[in-house]
Amino acid sequence: MVSFSVNKRRVNLDVDPSTPLLWALRENLGLTGTKYGCGIAQCGACTVHLNGEAIRSCVAPVSRAAGKEVTTIEGLSSDLSHPLQRAWIAEDVPQCGYCQSGQLMSAALLLREKPQPTDEDIDEAMTGNICRCGTYPRIRKAIHRAAGMMAKGEAR
Amino acid sequence: MSGPQMERREFLKFSLAAGGGLLIGFSLPEADMLATAQAQSATVFMPNAFVRIGTDDRVTVIVNHSEMGQGVYTALPMLLAEELDADWNKVGFESAPVDPKYNHPVFGMQITGGSSSVWSAFEQFRKAGAAARAMLIAAAAQQWNANPATLRTDSGAVFDGTNRKLTYGQLAEAAAKMTPPTEVALKDPKTFKLIGKPVKRLDTSEKVNGKAVFGIDVKMPGMLAAVVARPPIFGATMKSFDDSRARSMPGVRKIVAVPSGVAVIADSFWQAKMARESLHIDWDDSAMHTFSTSQMMQQFREQAKSPGTRVRREGDPDTAFSQAAKKIEAVYEFPYLPHAMMEPLNCAVDLRADSCEIWTGTQFQTVDRANAAKIAGLPPEKVQIHTTYLGGGFGRRANPQSDFVVEAVHVAKAVGAPVKVVWTREDDMQGGWYRPAFLHAIAGGIDSSGNAVSWRSRLVGQSIFAGTMFESLMKGKEYDPASVEGVDDLPYAIPNLAVESHKADVKVPVQWWRSVGHSHTGFATECFIDELATLAQKDPYQFRRALLPKHPRHLAVLDLAAQKAGWGKPLSKGRGRGIAVHFAFESYNAQVAEVSVEDGKIRVHRIVSAVDCGHYVNPGIIAAQLEGGAIFGASAALFQELTFENGRLQQTNFHTFPMMRMNECPEIETHIVESNEKSGGIGEPGVPCTAPAIANATFAATGKRIRKLPIRMTEAV
Repeated sequence: MVSFSVNKRRVNLDVDPSTPLLWALRENLGLTGTKYGCGIAQCGACTVHLNGEAIRSCVAPVSRAAGKEVTTIEGLSSDLSHPLQRAWIAEDVPQCGYCQSGQLMSAALLLREKPQPTDEDIDEAMTGNICRCGTYPRIRKAIHRAAGMMAKGEAR
Repeated sequence: MSGPQMERREFLKFSLAAGGGLLIGFSLPEADMLATAQAQSATVFMPNAFVRIGTDDRVTVIVNHSEMGQGVYTALPMLLAEELDADWNKVGFESAPVDPKYNHPVFGMQITGGSSSVWSAFEQFRKAGAAARAMLIAAAAQQWNANPATLRTDSGAVFDGTNRKLTYGQLAEAAAKMTPPTEVALKDPKTFKLIGKPVKRLDTSEKVNGKAVFGIDVKMPGMLAAVVARPPIFGATMKSFDDSRARSMPGVRKIVAVPSGVAVIADSFWQAKMARESLHIDWDDSAMHTFSTSQMMQQFREQAKSPGTRVRREGDPDTAFSQAAKKIEAVYEFPYLPHAMMEPLNCAVDLRADSCEIWTGTQFQTVDRANAAKIAGLPPEKVQIHTTYLGGGFGRRANPQSDFVVEAVHVAKAVGAPVKVVWTREDDMQGGWYRPAFLHAIAGGIDSSGNAVSWRSRLVGQSIFAGTMFESLMKGKEYDPASVEGVDDLPYAIPNLAVESHKADVKVPVQWWRSVGHSHTGFATECFIDELATLAQKDPYQFRRALLPKHPRHLAVLDLAAQKAGWGKPLSKGRGRGIAVHFAFESYNAQVAEVSVEDGKIRVHRIVSAVDCGHYVNPGIIAAQLEGGAIFGASAALFQELTFENGRLQQTNFHTFPMMRMNECPEIETHIVESNEKSGGIGEPGVPCTAPAIANATFAATGKRIRKLPIRMTEAV
């Protein structure tokens, strides 16, 4: 039994503790917003927050989450109100959309640490997230837009 | 669903109205025979197969093309909503079930491919919207006892001359009783309110909160998970397997041989994957165990020394070449490439005695249904395909053998419970159906004034169509049109021209990959024309211009890209600019790339892409496709190849098959030519020019020519 919190909800999972957190989220908890892309921490599609740190859930055993707080894309906001979600909509970022949960979770951490990121900061924070459709230019714009919204106090 | 009843309904005729507007007689498939149309409580009016209007004013557009990022769930609803005069804020979408009424009007099957969704739907969806509007007007006219001709529509409502108003929701029930029109007038494009505007995508919200359902996310009660151990070498067959250890692992329900390998079925994906790692399988891999791509390319080079099948021939290319004042020969090489969609292949199947329900992200519903039906032992009508979002397609999810669907039906048959087969990234990358490796040997000459006088392209590579249900597309030709597209229509005015094709007999499964043949022909032709320009000591942009007198649309995009990129203006030291222009999928694209080379590594700083895709629907989506196309092309140019040694693929995942990442991504500017020509494609046309523009820019920066992809400066000449 592994106990932790997901999106502020306490969960107890009867699952092999070596199971990657990704698959525990997707298959045991039905939180399919977090995606499988590579399984070897190369693409970032599975990015979630563990105690406020961005991790690749495809290589993190669920046991690593024990007693901790996990935030997934479903917990970013309940109503599309997160400045990044609003900026993603405003810039029409997603194409196929598959990588975007991971992109958003990486970007969310970036903005928490650097509320006014430079392009270099964005490169550093986002380079671990692959997008095959090629939405990088719009992701960059949307992060700047979200940072602007937060600076103007439009954020939560 | 098929048969005479359909034929009677689906008549097609065109007529010109007497009174000004173009009246188009038409047939729209009706809604009543929808295989899976759910009668929703708020839904009362479904005038045809493409639209439903509820008493709640909601307009739901049923889209028969798959959403794989290219924006069809927005662009096609825009077409319909335009003629319906719908309130865009009330418009939604739904994926169509598989049904002949949703066939592509030109390709005759339900398919998303060939960058054809918008042009094939351009009239179809507008007519569907116009027909619905006519019935709503008729309903209002009846209610008001008014002449329909005196009524107008705007933003989801019908108005009369005194501005009395009935919303479409209020009219829905009455409209359902009206007779569908046999002719409708379409709007004058000058009056369009939606078409041509950068309308926001309808699918973004659920793609930023984790709610969008891709095939891999499908859940159903009692569903099991499966992975399949497939052969490590193409063509290998299974001799035997030992599952004694795997069978006793947690969650494992069944391990069974299927035609594609050994399926491991468990309660969860992870359990199935762990058990698969404990299998011992003895393969007979003798078919291809010595295969190597380096040897194959050597064979291709040998083949290219002799004349191939004639594809195009003008003038006397051999004499002109031998008499040319200056000449050059170049060999261009292209590797196998996987589609590498972010969502690995997967397919969920619920097979019952009398039905087969399939949930997957596919581009090929009709073909998949037919192939699945054979395995399920059911007539195709008993097979339903629920098309989810596709986490990228790029051609891979349109497989002529429906490999990922057929396999899942086999697994479902073996396990007797609903099951989802998921491919790991490694399975997906090593699973075949790649962009074929190609070689182009090109010889060209110029006269003493620097005019191009001869060009001969010889192509060697595998056919995509050969051996598939699409072989008939070769129409008795000795070559595959998908191999030579983009060079068989070389637009440059060169009087002596030959294009020849050699078949390659290699057993690596190949398939269409975003921009298909253009992905290599665009590079070879646009790099070689650049080499000819250098030979003629002319500016590569001006050299192209002079050879395009009969191709104004090529010229327009070439000029636009050059102008916006500041062609000819000084660049900082170490940087170079390169240009390319190409026609593909009914659209014209030109790109200018700006690069520098440091420590043997190319840095792409900027790409300017100009497109003429005819009458466009959503410029925001077009810009996104050009941006994405350039990044897709740049990834292939800079990083990507699949290589085989001893039959085994050397690349397995993103650490050995890199993608362009955020820190490597150039600034990308996009420009669209205003046009009233017929709509062209946009998903693929933005790909072919990127690699040659980068290669030509690399030459401008370093004096080195790139003749092999991916680019390695150590191999530049």
